Amino acid sequence: MKLLKTLGIAATGLMLLAAPALAAEGQKDAKNISFSFEGPFGHFDRAQLQRGYKVYKEVCSNCHSMQYVSFRNLADHGGPEFTEEEVKALAATFTVQDGPNEDGDMFDRPALPSDRFPSPFANEQAARVANGGALPPDLSLITKYRPGWFGTFNQLINGIGGAQYVYSVLTGFEEPTGELAAEAPEGKHYNPYFANGHWIGMAPPLSDGQVEFDDGAPNTVDAMSRDVAAFLAWTAEPKMEERKRLGFQVLIYLGILSLLLYLVKKKIWAGAH
Amino acid sequence: MSTAEHAEVNRRDFLYIATGAVGAVGVALTAWPFINQMNPDASVLALASVEVDLAPIAEGQAITIKWRGNPVFIRHRTQPEIDAAKAVKMEDLKDPISRNANVKDANAPATDENRVVGGKEQYLVQMGVCTHLGCVPLGNEGDYAVVEGAQKEGGWFCPCHGSHYDTAGRIRKGPAPENLHIPEYAYLSDTKIRIG
Amino acid sequence: MSGPSNYKPTTAFGKWMHARLPIMELVQGQALDFPTPKNLNYWWTFGGILAVMLVVQIVTGIVLVMHYTPQASLAFASVEHIMRDVNSGWLLRYLHANGASMFFIAVYIHIFRGMYYGSYKAPREVLWMIGVLIYLIMMATAFMGYVLPWGQMSFWGAKVITNLFSAIPFFGESITTWLWGGFAVDNPTLNRFFSLHYLLPFVLAAVVGLHIWALHVPGNNNPTGVEVKSGQDTLPFHPYYTMKDAFAIVVFLIFFAAWVFFSPNYLGHAINYQEANPLVTPSHIVPEWYYLPFYAILRAIPDKLGGVIAMFGSILILFVLPWLDTSRVKSGSYRPLFKGFFWIFVIVCIALGYLGSKPPEGAYVVWSRILTAYYFIHFIVILPLVGLLESPKPLPSSISDAVLAKKKPAVVPAE
Repeated sequence: MKLLKTLGIAATGLMLLAAPALAAEGQKDAKNISFSFEGPFGHFDRAQLQRGYKVYKEVCSNCHSMQYVSFRNLADHGGPEFTEEEVKALAATFTVQDGPNEDGDMFDRPALPSDRFPSPFANEQAARVANGGALPPDLSLITKYRPGWFGTFNQLINGIGGAQYVYSVLTGFEEPTGELAAEAPEGKHYNPYFANGHWIGMAPPLSDGQVEFDDGAPNTVDAMSRDVAAFLAWTAEPKMEERKRLGFQVLIYLGILSLLLYLVKKKIWAGAH
Repeated sequence: MSTAEHAEVNRRDFLYIATGAVGAVGVALTAWPFINQMNPDASVLALASVEVDLAPIAEGQAITIKWRGNPVFIRHRTQPEIDAAKAVKMEDLKDPISRNANVKDANAPATDENRVVGGKEQYLVQMGVCTHLGCVPLGNEGDYAVVEGAQKEGGWFCPCHGSHYDTAGRIRKGPAPENLHIPEYAYLSDTKIRIG
Repeated sequence: MSGPSNYKPTTAFGKWMHARLPIMELVQGQALDFPTPKNLNYWWTFGGILAVMLVVQIVTGIVLVMHYTPQASLAFASVEHIMRDVNSGWLLRYLHANGASMFFIAVYIHIFRGMYYGSYKAPREVLWMIGVLIYLIMMATAFMGYVLPWGQMSFWGAKVITNLFSAIPFFGESITTWLWGGFAVDNPTLNRFFSLHYLLPFVLAAVVGLHIWALHVPGNNNPTGVEVKSGQDTLPFHPYYTMKDAFAIVVFLIFFAAWVFFSPNYLGHAINYQEANPLVTPSHIVPEWYYLPFYAILRAIPDKLGGVIAMFGSILILFVLPWLDTSRVKSGSYRPLFKGFFWIFVIVCIALGYLGSKPPEGAYVVWSRILTAYYFIHFIVILPLVGLLESPKPLPSSISDAVLAKKKPAVVPAE
């Protein structure tokens, strides 16, 4: 009816107008692999999130902070769902600064579940010095602000592809040849998937077999990249599963209510003219 | 009314009542998140319990830690303090109730035994909040401290309105109505407790 | 105010209250018994939808402020705290952010309804102008609200738009510095935007009150554009339109819920999940979708001041619409020439929005200029001429005649 038509036009108009960010110069579209959490029925794969955490811990955490994630989140529903004991243990493998103590000094102590993930560097400047002037970005939200691809309808149907972006960068390092090799900036590496031009300050961080998984799952660069990308999708959206679940309940409820109200409206208007 | 009309009215009313009920349920379900968002959030709840290592506290020493926004006094009592606390008769206490969250019976008497946990009478753990109006009492002060020469040991005195607490943190003199409250805590080992 | 009030208090309390504050009489007269044309279609439900969206925004906004910190170094983190730690915080935030988009969708439909059916014509000119004022307040509120999360787009969007004021001759620089509270967008700017963002929705609510008052003097327009002539033409607002509006509102909420729960970030900008960095400009600065047509107009004019004038002019011209349209016939249903130009105008607005999202290069610039020119020509040239030159279709003699004419002749009235 008219209302549906209105909303249909509105949705179309909106989709045309909703302005997805445009690609930086020459960023190659991310490889479109699928993840278990995509779509309205998607949800995270617990084992994958746990493996992805391990990759973060053993590889990425040396340079990248994850400042908005607390250790206790690793035990929350809808995430890797480690046990409380496991979370206590893995938190304790990190060191955080606390204080001042009674002598007025700051001191280091093992992290507690209530702590946030500490940054590997004291501040931005220290991070840049240790990484050839480049700042390793915080990873808490990276799958939400780095689109893997662009285009109004594309992003509506396929999402922004943040996890695919992470996967593509991790698996997309190439050896530059010929002209490219000649113009290679000092200390940079060639990666056509990188959002800020083709030269990324990060060296390829993963190699086959680098992280051992307790469940014996594959640990090729490809597998580890998928796992850590999925993990980072969770760090960016820890409430995703709850959101989709509640969404279905709300839509069903509103569907029933709208039907009832439609019948009420029809009944009231029956005698109108 | 004829039967047909009656039935018509009932059918019409049923639709209205059903719709109203479904709508009301929706309103209630929608209201809940707005009310619940004011409840303590996950980061506050994460700090709801704290572990304290008692080993560094020497005999006769006390530390103050912050728990759920309030100070908690943890004192490693000396034997004279413990003996003085045990010697007090229940009838002499202004507040005869233990005020210990770890004691099941809410009306248990404020014996020294009931002011500690797990029989570890050398450690006294209590809220550093005067039960009168909330000031933080001063330690090793007041008329019910144990006097060792020129020093006072144990006992607390609240400077705001003059409440005196004894070596077991019980109110003895002054306007405070209750003994200093003992929070929920448990021993994880002989020298480590978790509060909350 | 028009509309009879049959309110007669029956209880003792009712009589007591009525003698002191006749609020029940007001409610009965203006909301329950109010005579409303019987032929309103679903385009007329958007006023009610807008009222609901205003309440949604205010309520979600108030609870969000219980957890938000309006300080440049803490704002972004406080929003993440809301998303992660606050009970249902993610829901409240997504409701508020997507609610703003829903508010604008509804307002655009509401405005275009008014333009199509001539609701801005006498005697509803003041009603229309209050509406344009509401729209301006909405735009200011939404602009300042978007700055509050202090993401990259929050910061850079604020910088670009506040910089526009420097185009004003003589006073431009001082005004801009005054707006900023400093030499650039920074913490003072954030704090005052926070204060005003909290204030304006309540100002808006008051202006909406005036809007409804101005509406209730002549009463609602209707799809025929023929004014109410007798009681035959109307129905009491309750239960006919309360229930019809309730149904429309719930359908709109389904649309809203689909965004909130299944695509909550699509209508925003991904880069706003990166904290504001005054030293790094994003590759493409774009405002939220509901500003895009005006952004296109702004960039279409090569001169900075000219662009600003054109952009504000494109909204301000709406104020004088009642006097630009010369037709005596209100409703586009009976104005075939106008109808065609109306739909062209709608398409031009959507196209301008699309162009606003594109980088200002090549063909995009050319089309922006053409369509900006057309936008103003529509108001200044086309509407006056069409009103004078077209031959409208014959109008029904009354609303009830129009309604009866729609019914098939074979139907026997149910009585």
